[in-house]
Amino acid sequence: MALLEARNVGKDFSGNVVLKDISFSLEAGKVLGLCGENGAGKSTLMNIIFGMPVIHETGGYEGEIVIDGEVVHFKNTSDALEAGIGMVHQEFSLIPGFTAAENVMINREPTKSNVISQITRQKKLEHVDTKAMLDSSQESVDKLEIELDARTLVGELPVGYKQFLEIAREINKENVKLLILDEPTAVLTESEAELLLTAMRKLSAEGISIIFISHRLREVMDVCDQIVVMRDGLIVADKAKKDITIPEIATLMTGRNVDMEVQSDAEVEAYMPKGDVILEIKDLFVDMPGEAIDGVDLTVHEGEIFGIAGLAGQGKLGIPNGIMGIYPTLGKIIFQGKEVPLNNPKAAQEMGISFVSEDRRGVGLLLDEPISWNICFNAMQIQDVGLKKFLFFKIRDEKKMTEISQRYIDELKIKCTGPDQLVRNLSGGNQQKVCLAKAFCMHPKLLLVSEPTRGIDVGAKELVLEALKKYNRDNGTTIIIVSSELEELRSIAGRIAVVDEGEIAAVLPATESSAKFGLLMSGEKLEESAS
Amino acid sequence: MLNKKRDWRSTLRQSLVPLLFIVIIALAIPLSGFSSAHLIGEILARFARDTFLAVSLIIPILAGMGINFAISLGAMAAQIGIIITQNFHIGGIGGMLLSALIGLPIAILLGWFAGSVMNKAKGREMISSMILAFLISGIYQFIVLYIMGGLIPIQNKDILLSRGYGIKNSITLEIKGALDNLWSIKFKIPGIMRPLSIPVVTFIVIALACVFVVWFKKTKIGHDMKAVGQSQRVADSAGMKVDKIRLQSIIISTVMAMLGQLIYLQNIGTMNTYNGTDQTSLFAAAALLIGGASVASATIPNALIGVILFHLMFIVMPNAGKNFTGNPAIGEYFRSFISYGVVALALVMHAYSRKKAAEEERKALHHQKAKEKLENGEAKA
Amino acid sequence: MTKLKHAIKSFGHARMIILIFLVVLLLIAPVFGVSRVTSLNDMLTRFAMNAVLVLSMVPMIQSGCGLNFGVPLGLVSGLLAEAIIWEYDIPGAKGFILAMLLGAAIGALMGMFYGFILNRIRGDEMVIATYVGYAIIYFMNMMWLTLPFQNPSSVQGYAGEGLRVTISLDNHWLHVFDDWPGEPGKGVVLTIHEFLNGEWIPQELKIPVGTLLLFALLALLMWLFFRSKTGTAMTAVGSNPTYAMAGGVSIKKMRMASVVLSTSLAAVGMIIYGQSYGFAQFYTAPQFFTFPTVAAILLGGASLNKASIPNVILGTFLFQGVLTLTPSVINSAIQLDMSEVLRMIITNGLIIIALTRKGEKDAK
Repeated sequence: MALLEARNVGKDFSGNVVLKDISFSLEAGKVLGLCGENGAGKSTLMNIIFGMPVIHETGGYEGEIVIDGEVVHFKNTSDALEAGIGMVHQEFSLIPGFTAAENVMINREPTKSNVISQITRQKKLEHVDTKAMLDSSQESVDKLEIELDARTLVGELPVGYKQFLEIAREINKENVKLLILDEPTAVLTESEAELLLTAMRKLSAEGISIIFISHRLREVMDVCDQIVVMRDGLIVADKAKKDITIPEIATLMTGRNVDMEVQSDAEVEAYMPKGDVILEIKDLFVDMPGEAIDGVDLTVHEGEIFGIAGLAGQGKLGIPNGIMGIYPTLGKIIFQGKEVPLNNPKAAQEMGISFVSEDRRGVGLLLDEPISWNICFNAMQIQDVGLKKFLFFKIRDEKKMTEISQRYIDELKIKCTGPDQLVRNLSGGNQQKVCLAKAFCMHPKLLLVSEPTRGIDVGAKELVLEALKKYNRDNGTTIIIVSSELEELRSIAGRIAVVDEGEIAAVLPATESSAKFGLLMSGEKLEESAS
Repeated sequence: MLNKKRDWRSTLRQSLVPLLFIVIIALAIPLSGFSSAHLIGEILARFARDTFLAVSLIIPILAGMGINFAISLGAMAAQIGIIITQNFHIGGIGGMLLSALIGLPIAILLGWFAGSVMNKAKGREMISSMILAFLISGIYQFIVLYIMGGLIPIQNKDILLSRGYGIKNSITLEIKGALDNLWSIKFKIPGIMRPLSIPVVTFIVIALACVFVVWFKKTKIGHDMKAVGQSQRVADSAGMKVDKIRLQSIIISTVMAMLGQLIYLQNIGTMNTYNGTDQTSLFAAAALLIGGASVASATIPNALIGVILFHLMFIVMPNAGKNFTGNPAIGEYFRSFISYGVVALALVMHAYSRKKAAEEERKALHHQKAKEKLENGEAKA
Repeated sequence: MTKLKHAIKSFGHARMIILIFLVVLLLIAPVFGVSRVTSLNDMLTRFAMNAVLVLSMVPMIQSGCGLNFGVPLGLVSGLLAEAIIWEYDIPGAKGFILAMLLGAAIGALMGMFYGFILNRIRGDEMVIATYVGYAIIYFMNMMWLTLPFQNPSSVQGYAGEGLRVTISLDNHWLHVFDDWPGEPGKGVVLTIHEFLNGEWIPQELKIPVGTLLLFALLALLMWLFFRSKTGTAMTAVGSNPTYAMAGGVSIKKMRMASVVLSTSLAAVGMIIYGQSYGFAQFYTAPQFFTFPTVAAILLGGASLNKASIPNVILGTFLFQGVLTLTPSVINSAIQLDMSEVLRMIITNGLIIIALTRKGEKDAK
């Protein structure tokens, strides 16, 4: 009998379907590799299995989850924990000021009764049994075959050990049967990752089932018994390891998205480099949390649309954020023959570079200000647009700002009550258009666009991409577009760079096969997999 | 090696404030012209009076809520308890216990209210607790000044204002010395007129409070509080009821403050009904911080050392100022300046290190990865 | 239309209650023999007295530094400027204007000091401001005692040991702006006949034209400033600092500028207050200004990171209205002086409501 079985599981977030008809099963003591691009539905599926409250709060899910032959209905994570499911999230849940032991046993500390707890019959007033806690946690740590004293403060541990500690915490739970590991090797060095895979094999030999999510396909092939590939909320493959190869997985992951038109060769040609070099990046390091870049060289030509692809966390977002100076940066950026001062958003914009941030609400918009402010702010600060003379100084020219905004509202078809509407009250797609208008308003020579279609509906997506293409055609503006959706890039860009582990894996024409892109994004070297 | 170096530095930083005060006091004591016998007597009295209140601040700090400036809510609960017992002319230890018994539910209720407000103002707990103290003080004054003797009948004419309702501003307490005089050891030291008296029972009660805090830290709930104090996110994902735990820490603190105010008042013997709680949190907080505590960590030794240092300064400063400048007011202003200044300094130091830590964390990320690359020989020339 | 609806919705319960309370007090005032004209007179005077102080809150709120609990830094700057000008015995409007300029300059220095701290910390800005404010008051208390002031009308006793606690402005610039353009010592006075206690009585309504105009001028300058490029950048920093940073604005500079502006203006506000009130209060008096000033702008509809001139006007008027009307009407009605207690509850209640309002900071 299978330990875990999903039967026709589906999920939508207020009409937006993210999972459809998911069915698979996992035997006890087996390792299941789960592959897929960002947004393929992996996280939502795991959230359902782990009973994350967000699922219950947004109306639950369709279908059934069966554990040990029993249909379960988790309302929160405690229910899932009780049923023997443990999950290690990408983000660490550790307290730096606590010892390893305290972290492993958090909220499950063994206690000893004392006089007061006996009188009051309050379990909360029992003493924490430090000795028992140390023994038990040390045992779990040892199981993973790493050398670590459970008395060490977590704050003093290197990143790799923290990841092991997360797993130790989960397996320390008495009845753990199923372990979900979400990208556990992302923060590990190669040797550490090797150790982790060994530990996983050992755990599965002890009868614990594991769901292993990783973008490193080699690791997945290495350790898994069964491989499930997801795309667009569907399972596109569910095979035993021996029946599938790395190139096959890569193709399945990135395969053609039905509603996105890939350009014809002629169209791609139009966005290929023709002009002079406009931007040259040399040995760029960007310290953007979760998206760090470690030494990137890149050349972009005038007038082209250049795509940057890569999976989440690999560093593709670090490139535009580094060029603009939003996160600490090292290296050399040469724009139109002149060096761009690093870590100076103002200077970069003064030189004619504009940026549409992936973090719309955090960086891109003033949510509590009107549309006109949002569109004109940067242009005003950098180029004195929308100002008029008043006595001996300049003040805002509200009329001019309204006029400019109205033009972009019409041009980009922003649905709103007018330039005075607060941006907070707009839909995601329209907010994104405001972000574009803000960049267009600067009349940039180089436009950096980061994740322009994230979190907006299909109709708006096409409008946004179309607007970018048009802007490139009409003004000859060079555009660098960064996106997690490969097909989206292939529908707009000429050349596409693939970023993996903070470095550029390759720069390919958009017409290159999905499989090749998929492999590169999964950390495979092209020559190796070809052989 | 590296760790040792860091430890040494952080120890120095932690003891910087106490050391500074030792220097200030060492300079001021000779200037004040007080005899050591006088100082010892004064410090003994003030130690007995104020320590419990300083200790009552520790548990919210453990739970990551910073300094609970709303301990004056507990003090108000105690004063209501005292007014009611005084109404029935119950003095001595019995009156003290009865006051505590009446104050207890009020303190729990007020603590619950304060905790709820602070849970709603996450990230702004301290300023909220401070304003809350002023707000509740207004309501307390309304009750004591207009309701008592009116809607709430008060028979004891001695504590009533002559107009027939409202409590007098200054009340001589019948529980004066209730705890201190229960058993005190008196002895005479040469050079001082009054014999020195050590209020043994009060000291035992303070010791019990300290033991309680130490014990509490070791219990499951104390451990949970520590976890919540370090990271609400992690505590939440481990299944702890974060808001409830924070609320409990404030309730415990308020109840302890209620007891602390009772000890304080029985020692002083008179109650300043309306303004008596204004400075409660300031003095307790300043003492604790002078003892080397920070907004994020506080221990019993911090409280004990802090109370001694703070009150030594408090005693000697007016006289030292007078002898130094010829104006007694200077010293008084100086000690108030120091009280407020030290709280400000401690808050700034904490907020500064918080900002530094956030910046360091970001830098660390970069260098670590870059370093690895270099070591693996993968970095480009 | 939607704007109007929005305005009504955002008016808030607390403000509504206070407004209704105020209107009811005004309506029932004659029943208890309280003159409405006199009440209005008091409200106007106190509005003019306090408006600039409340206005000084705006820059720091707008730049996201929160409620300026550090306002005492500005207040003591204003007092220091006054004491210095008196030392040179410059009377009348000239002295008053010089004092304001000097106060603004000292306030700017104080503001730089606090801005320096503010740019190096993260979190707890408001509680730090409060304690820095208190500390500076006591520091200045030592200064009032020791600085070598000599003007006999300023110092205590014959020996001249420090400044007096309260210094009367009679010999300096009492009401120079309040009375302008009317006769000095009298001012612009309207006589209104009011039906009170069964008969028509003439009541005097003094309008502090000069002071109101001065406030109007400062408010206009503030309004213009927030329409300038820098002002726009400052607003953006308060609205979303990351956005402003990505737009090439220096967050630190903007925060510093706002603190300097707020503190300078508070210094000026203090001097204007004294001009109307008739006394300069040294020593611990400045600490009683902080919370009422903060509460007033909140009552006017400001939040922790948004404040406007209408917020200032409405807030000051409502707050001062409650402060003046409650004692007179309630005392006459129930023979009970609850004004002090009521003031405490309203002031601090308003601040607590603002601090606990959900989504104030979380929305980011």
